[in-house]
Amino acid sequence: MRLSREVVDHVAMLARLGLTEEERERMREQLSSILEHVNLIQELDTEAIPPTAQVITLQNVWREDEVRPSLPVEDALKNAPDAEDNMFKVNAVLEQS
Amino acid sequence: MSEDLTRLTVTEASARLARREISAVELLQAHLERIRQVEPQIHAFITLTEEVALAQAQEADRRIARGDVAPLTGIPIALKDVLCTVDAPTTAGSRILEGFRSPYDATVVRKLREQGAVFVGKANTDEFAMGSSTENSAYGPTRNPWDLERVPGGSSGGSAAAVAAGEAMVSLGSDTGGSIRQPAGFCGVVGLKPTYGRVSRYGLVAFASSLDQIGPFGRTVEDVAIVLQAISGHDPCDSTSVDVPVPDYQTSLTGDIRGIRIGIAAEYQVPGMDPEVERVVDEAVAELQRLGAEIVPVSLPHTKYALATYYIIAPSEASANLARYDGVKYGLSLQGETLLESYLQTRGRGFGPEVKRRIMLGTYALSAGYYDAYYVKAQKVRTLIKRDFDEAFEKVDVILAPTSPTVAFRLGERTADPIQMYLSDVFTIPANMAGLPGIAVPCGFAHGLPVSMQFMGRPFDEGTLLRVAHAYEQATPWHRAVPPLIEAVTRRAPSGGTE
Repeated sequence: MRLSREVVDHVAMLARLGLTEEERERMREQLSSILEHVNLIQELDTEAIPPTAQVITLQNVWREDEVRPSLPVEDALKNAPDAEDNMFKVNAVLEQS
Repeated sequence: MSEDLTRLTVTEASARLARREISAVELLQAHLERIRQVEPQIHAFITLTEEVALAQAQEADRRIARGDVAPLTGIPIALKDVLCTVDAPTTAGSRILEGFRSPYDATVVRKLREQGAVFVGKANTDEFAMGSSTENSAYGPTRNPWDLERVPGGSSGGSAAAVAAGEAMVSLGSDTGGSIRQPAGFCGVVGLKPTYGRVSRYGLVAFASSLDQIGPFGRTVEDVAIVLQAISGHDPCDSTSVDVPVPDYQTSLTGDIRGIRIGIAAEYQVPGMDPEVERVVDEAVAELQRLGAEIVPVSLPHTKYALATYYIIAPSEASANLARYDGVKYGLSLQGETLLESYLQTRGRGFGPEVKRRIMLGTYALSAGYYDAYYVKAQKVRTLIKRDFDEAFEKVDVILAPTSPTVAFRLGERTADPIQMYLSDVFTIPANMAGLPGIAVPCGFAHGLPVSMQFMGRPFDEGTLLRVAHAYEQATPWHRAVPPLIEAVTRRAPSGGTE
């Protein structure tokens, strides 16, 4: 089984990963062989088995909703490539009408 | 009068610091001298923080003069570069975080700082801790102090190599599928992955959040126990850190393991196992029996599915966690015509091949049409793996396995084949899947390289792991072995004295 080029392109777009032609071809090979390996688990009957998302059986963790000091805005923005008025700045997402 | 201070254990160094026989600055200088001697060959660090360390050592000396001594006051420590620190860059081994300066300390870093520890640098790691050899670091590979042609293991290869080479006395790493235990094994030092929830993950660059755990490296079990003590405990900033009491780990180090039941699973005999490694581990088992432990066969029937399960769950969680690297908030930012173009370019250029592979794999496993067949299925198999352990721990106190099927492999030997690389974690992954603590302890040599065995324990029972590992260590000479490279530089230029 080799992943189709369409699937690789689709997944790369979902992941917002810009891949070169060469990377896309290599991804088809390598993902296919990894998937072949992980498909081993398909042989197990897990119909009646509940999934485990976390192992420490924690219930919801609550705390009082109190105002406490948090990261200052200037600290949160100090690594930003571009910022303006206490906000991260990006290219326009919506077209102007 | 020249003594090699880098050979001291934390316990020894701490006692001598408290008696003012040595100063924290002297202790640091000895380690900085070692770094100057061997770092060009080993490359255990992405960033060295000599100035930070010097200021911390001076402060530690002032603190000691006041009689205010914590167990890690003045102790030189390396931090894996996935731990956020305010006074040094945090790269996670990735170009996408080049230049990033965290606005806060990880909780474990804060705790070490409060004890007056001395941070020598940020240790090398596979990019985002994804790898088993440290060859996936965007800042170049680390080499094994025992053999410079070989890998130190990974992903915490820098943290393991730094301790093995005497560049730091102890270090912190992180372990998602074996990333503390496997490099500890390859470098001949002790490494402990605590129970999931024992140590706060706040400020740890996230890889797979249901598996990641921070833990210590040291040259002795006692040193590892001291660091574990310092970093453990509930943290309101990480709601997956569990609010259970942290015992005094020093009291576990009794040297007595009579009556301890050690489980050995037939399923841990895998194809690809080096017969020499197997022989060394068998001898260690015999030694444990001589010390009074009882060896009990146990069954972990779903072991062979652990690796496959891991390579669905970990990449899935990673693909979600790494969505945050978008070139908007921090790190590398490449500007395209549109926001989408900026994302594609930033992430396409910023991530290395293994990280891209795992993001793709995880995105695929979580995508519509495959979610049930891969992700949910893997979570169900995870339940089966955990149940195996639950049943085994009704019969035994700890489970023993080799840490890895082989000794350290050569650089470049496994980079072409991801599956071969993944197989080096076959014995360490199950503990992460079940959230259990595990400790890797040196147990001899094969082909002139360190061999390691691993003990896995019940949740939050790190004490028993430390007890068994310590008793074995005290009865055997392995923890005193020094890599030939280090012997050689010590003879040439003794550190700690005048040159």
